[in-house]
Amino acid sequence: MASALRGSLVSLVKGLSGPKWQLLASRPLSVSAALCGPEAPPARADATFKVTMLPGDGVGPELMTAVKDVFRAGDVPVEFEEIHLSEVQNMASEEKLEQVLTSMKTNKVAMKGKIHTPMEFKGELASYEMRLRRKLDLFANVVHVNSLPGYSTRHNNLDLVIIREQTEGEYSSLEHESVPGVIECLKIITRVKSRRIAKFAFDYATKKGRSKVTAVHKANIMKLADGLFLQCCAEIAELYPKIKFETIIIDNCCMQLVQNPYQFDVLVMPNLYGNIIDNLAAGLVGGAGVVPGESYSGEYAVFETGARHPFAQAVGRNIANPTAMLLSAANMLRHLNLEYHSNMVSDAVKRVIKQGKVRTGDLGGYASSDEFTRAVIANMAV
Amino acid sequence: MAAHSAVLSMSKIFNPFWGGRFGNTVKVFGTTLTSHRNRSSRNPPPAKYGGRHTVTLIPGDGIGPDLLNHVREVFRFSCVPVDFEVVHVNSADESEDDINNAIMAIRRNGVALKGNIETIHTMAPSVKSRNNLLRTNLDLYANVMHCQSLPAVQTRHKNIDIMIIRENTEGEYSSLEHESVSGVVECLKIITRTNSLRIADYAFKLAREKGRSRVTAVHKANIMKLGDGLFLQCCREVASGYPDITFDSMIVDNTTMQLVSKPQQFDVMVMPNLYGNVVSNVCAGLVGGPGLVPGANYGLNYAVFETATRNTGKSIAGKNIANPTAMLLAGCMMLDHLKLYDYATMIRNAILSTMNETRLHTADIGGQGTTSEVVQSIMRNIQSKGPLISER
Repeated sequence: MASALRGSLVSLVKGLSGPKWQLLASRPLSVSAALCGPEAPPARADATFKVTMLPGDGVGPELMTAVKDVFRAGDVPVEFEEIHLSEVQNMASEEKLEQVLTSMKTNKVAMKGKIHTPMEFKGELASYEMRLRRKLDLFANVVHVNSLPGYSTRHNNLDLVIIREQTEGEYSSLEHESVPGVIECLKIITRVKSRRIAKFAFDYATKKGRSKVTAVHKANIMKLADGLFLQCCAEIAELYPKIKFETIIIDNCCMQLVQNPYQFDVLVMPNLYGNIIDNLAAGLVGGAGVVPGESYSGEYAVFETGARHPFAQAVGRNIANPTAMLLSAANMLRHLNLEYHSNMVSDAVKRVIKQGKVRTGDLGGYASSDEFTRAVIANMAV
Repeated sequence: MAAHSAVLSMSKIFNPFWGGRFGNTVKVFGTTLTSHRNRSSRNPPPAKYGGRHTVTLIPGDGIGPDLLNHVREVFRFSCVPVDFEVVHVNSADESEDDINNAIMAIRRNGVALKGNIETIHTMAPSVKSRNNLLRTNLDLYANVMHCQSLPAVQTRHKNIDIMIIRENTEGEYSSLEHESVSGVVECLKIITRTNSLRIADYAFKLAREKGRSRVTAVHKANIMKLGDGLFLQCCREVASGYPDITFDSMIVDNTTMQLVSKPQQFDVMVMPNLYGNVVSNVCAGLVGGPGLVPGANYGLNYAVFETATRNTGKSIAGKNIANPTAMLLAGCMMLDHLKLYDYATMIRNAILSTMNETRLHTADIGGQGTTSEVVQSIMRNIQSKGPLISER
């Protein structure tokens, strides 16, 4: 409790830093003294936040353990409500899904591992992952691709955001065999959802102080569908005169990303392109183990890894990289207004990576997942 | 209801004439028609993601920036899921870039919290009031304020509970003035049937929603027989659709006299723009002054919240003595509008208990406290009494 109090005091001071200092400087002394003096009450961190946790398949449960360990060590006021939903372990059912939805209705926020989808067709076109996404209407997926200082890759100092529509497009689960040997798979693009994702991208850019949004499309081939998406983006862009709007064709975008990724700032795109670009961009900065991601609907926020893979071959081998999930957990804390705890976790992770002594196999090190988590805990300035 | 169908039928008449050929030009003839017709396609989706809202914050001039910083501090402290997009408007700038920028930001976010922007009278007459531009451009037709006596504030009258609904976009505030021959200036007051019907309908709807029993229309139809006559007639028409609510009317000069002598007789009041301005200031004065009463401006698609009397408070700016109550309550109204009722109630209760139980008052209502002392007391109150957030 004492540490939590101290923590919130620091966060109050932190909250005052930045632009507010300038305001304080121009104010009479009495005000600023009263605002930062010892009698100022600490930020209200006496509440515990409940968060739904879906560990998922593969290394998901191991990564969640890492998150829980770090949260416990950092005295983070978050309580997890764990629900196991998995298709491969035959733990998925309508009741389980209902349970997740009820839990989300009260908690609004979740941490989630990947729920693996078997490739073979068993009579159901939509996977549980997709159904959950649709039920919660998680339309926007955000992956912030940020180079980790201390781990050098082909491109360093990368900082770009990929925003993906993830409820329609190619993921409509509408496939049928019209005559034997002919399969039609429908890609759906709607005006409402395109405008919504475009607005999300521009709002995100405004909030994070970014200057450019690039819409990725293939309107030269899909003139109507991707054309509509593009048109919606352009319409919304008119509302944001201070943010530059550009468009790029998906194939060129891929090439530019591996050649000169610095030209991009915020990218917005329909579902399948987003899936590809997410993975491509994650690969640029170190792979699936280091890039956090998040999904939003109007009501809910789900925090997960940027490139969603179960990484099943690593189960039990203690080799998975917890970085992505820990950074994602830090983002979740920021979403819950726990600014101080959020910085504490993300700073610790970044410090460990920067020191370079403890690294998991995917970053060229020899440490196990546990060792990495312990290093993060040791680096937390509680 | 009558108003609604009337507006709809009007747009039906207009449609065949203007719909196809002119498209956007309909806007020139009346923004309401376009917004009614194309509401779904024109209006961008709300800026709400993962339960967090984005709200435009216009600090304004005078005490505005200070008060809004206090609001942000209280919001952050209470873990309110609202992010602010701060847009500054420079009142000394003659160009309209700043205000257009602010209007654009409100179009994006749908909701704004605003300090008053100073209108410098010495500037060229072509420079319109920024506050007025904002209201008319966003078509924020209804200004709502709720004047209620606070038990801890010493005033001449007790038990006042009046809701004032003011038409916000036309009337005397049309910004149409000209000198027809030198020495003769004409200033146009515009009253339209559409706008009068919708403000009357808004008033009656609100009265029914809040369980009020009487609506009083304030006018000056004995002098302005056509202009205010139309307004009064529209109110009567709408009133016929609400048989459960008593309707009466009162002339504005008499209204002000009645207000200062026997304010308890009023319940809900509806009026055109300038009368609204005067009456709302009288009422705010009755319950303790401009520092206590919050106000809201609603349109079909947007809502802007500010203090009810829209003062800049230049004389007390930077002295840490302004009363933060009105702006904080405006913030609570905003939270109500965003359907964050729990947070709104929590903060509102803390404000009222600081006012009524702790009795920590600023100088404007006869106390010794400073602005930041009051705000800190409110935060302490939130900390001790507020519900745990996980128990939403």
